[in-house]
Amino acid sequence: MRRLGAFLLALIVLASLAAPWLAPYPEDAVDPLSSLLPPSPEHWFGTDQAGRDIFSRVLYGGQTSLLIAIAVLGSSALVGVALGMTAGYAGGWLRDVIMRVTDIFLAFPALLLSVALAVVLDPTVTTVIVAIAATWWPWYARLSMSVAASVSTRPYVDAARCLGVPAPLIVVRHVLPNSLTPVLVQLSLDAGGVILTAAALSYLGLGAQDPIAEWGLMVEQGQSLISTNWWVVTFPGLAIVLTAFAFNVLGEGLRNALDPRRTVIK
Amino acid sequence: MIEVSDLEVRYGTHVAASVPALTVRPGECVAIVGESGSGKSSTLMALLGLAEASGNVTICGVDVLRAGPRELRRLRGSKAALVMQSPQAALPPTTRLGAFMRRALKLHGVRASMEEAMRAVLLDPALLRRYPHEISGGQAQRFAIALAIALGAEVILADEPTSALDVTVQAEVIAVLQRLRAERDLAVLMVSHDLALVSTIADRIVVMKDGQVVGTLTHPYTRQELEAVFGAQG
Repeated sequence: MRRLGAFLLALIVLASLAAPWLAPYPEDAVDPLSSLLPPSPEHWFGTDQAGRDIFSRVLYGGQTSLLIAIAVLGSSALVGVALGMTAGYAGGWLRDVIMRVTDIFLAFPALLLSVALAVVLDPTVTTVIVAIAATWWPWYARLSMSVAASVSTRPYVDAARCLGVPAPLIVVRHVLPNSLTPVLVQLSLDAGGVILTAAALSYLGLGAQDPIAEWGLMVEQGQSLISTNWWVVTFPGLAIVLTAFAFNVLGEGLRNALDPRRTVIK
Repeated sequence: MIEVSDLEVRYGTHVAASVPALTVRPGECVAIVGESGSGKSSTLMALLGLAEASGNVTICGVDVLRAGPRELRRLRGSKAALVMQSPQAALPPTTRLGAFMRRALKLHGVRASMEEAMRAVLLDPALLRRYPHEISGGQAQRFAIALAIALGAEVILADEPTSALDVTVQAEVIAVLQRLRAERDLAVLMVSHDLALVSTIADRIVVMKDGQVVGTLTHPYTRQELEAVFGAQG
């Protein structure tokens, strides 16, 4: 399963990176005379309202959407897991301080906080990444804290203390590897959500803007046409679903690979 | 090797264990026996500085209750090793045995042959490539002893080391401990609720009840001694 996920994700990433060579048309090539054409040999995925080739835009859109998804998930997980592990293992006042700060961030609706941040900053892809990551990390912090607090009471952590292992090493070598499973599952589930949140920000004029191709933005722009011109929203939507699926399968595979108890002895 | 006097282990205001005096010399095995909640495991934790305690505890020359974190870390593992009750649960599940032992040796700056330590406890060195869930409980317990040997520990503190094992495996682990104690002059302090088992290995048996030491038996003990300590249930 891990190989399937890695293969699918690699395929999506490679196709996006190779967009300049694979795409039959430039991403922003407007042709009003070809507006809303259905899929055909000339336009495999049809065209949108401006007559732009959707296949080309899906390929180019992958660059933006994957960049947003990977940057948001990577930075959120890094910050959230580091804080959560520290809070969960240390306990006491340090846990209280970290968790109260986390709670303050969690108290605001994520989209509202993202919008507030995006309003302050310029509407760019970087803004989208910063705005979403700022609202996403607390979930990882809370999740990691609860798992780390549980793992910290396991006998092998006590045994490590009895062996004279310093606290930072116990966290990195014993608590972290044995706490990653739920975080990985959450990361894989969140990939699609991040892309759609980025789309919502773009829709509100706070993120990537037309003519930049971005899957979420393409879905948002085509949603009113779904009953009449299904292809406008379907293909970027499928790209999001496929990417989320690839992240899911990869997450499942990584979980199995990181936990040797799940492997069968040959 | 282990010198204890006026030890009181506390959880908040509750005194979990009180040990007026306890000495374990090199090559000697002392067992602390008692029912659940008698304070024997709390005593063991306090000896490694892992429980709130007052009094005096000296292990291998280290004043445990007054030592700084660095000195305590040096003591734990490299001088005094703990063998825990649940052998497999005490090993990190995502780390191979070899990697775990290698890291422990590196942490304490010890250069020792892992294979030799494994053979000393009658384990196949090939097991170093296995994960904890891929070995049996008896093998895991012997691995814990091998780790102590590799680190050059002079004191072994064993918390119910055989209670999770079946009878034949218990005998194997006890035999290994006995042999190593004699060969390497190890001081062994063992906690157990199994009086019959510890009587086969311990030179002295300290009996605890409700957090207090209620008697000391010198092996070979007599029926009268047991009855004096345990009363009618002895």
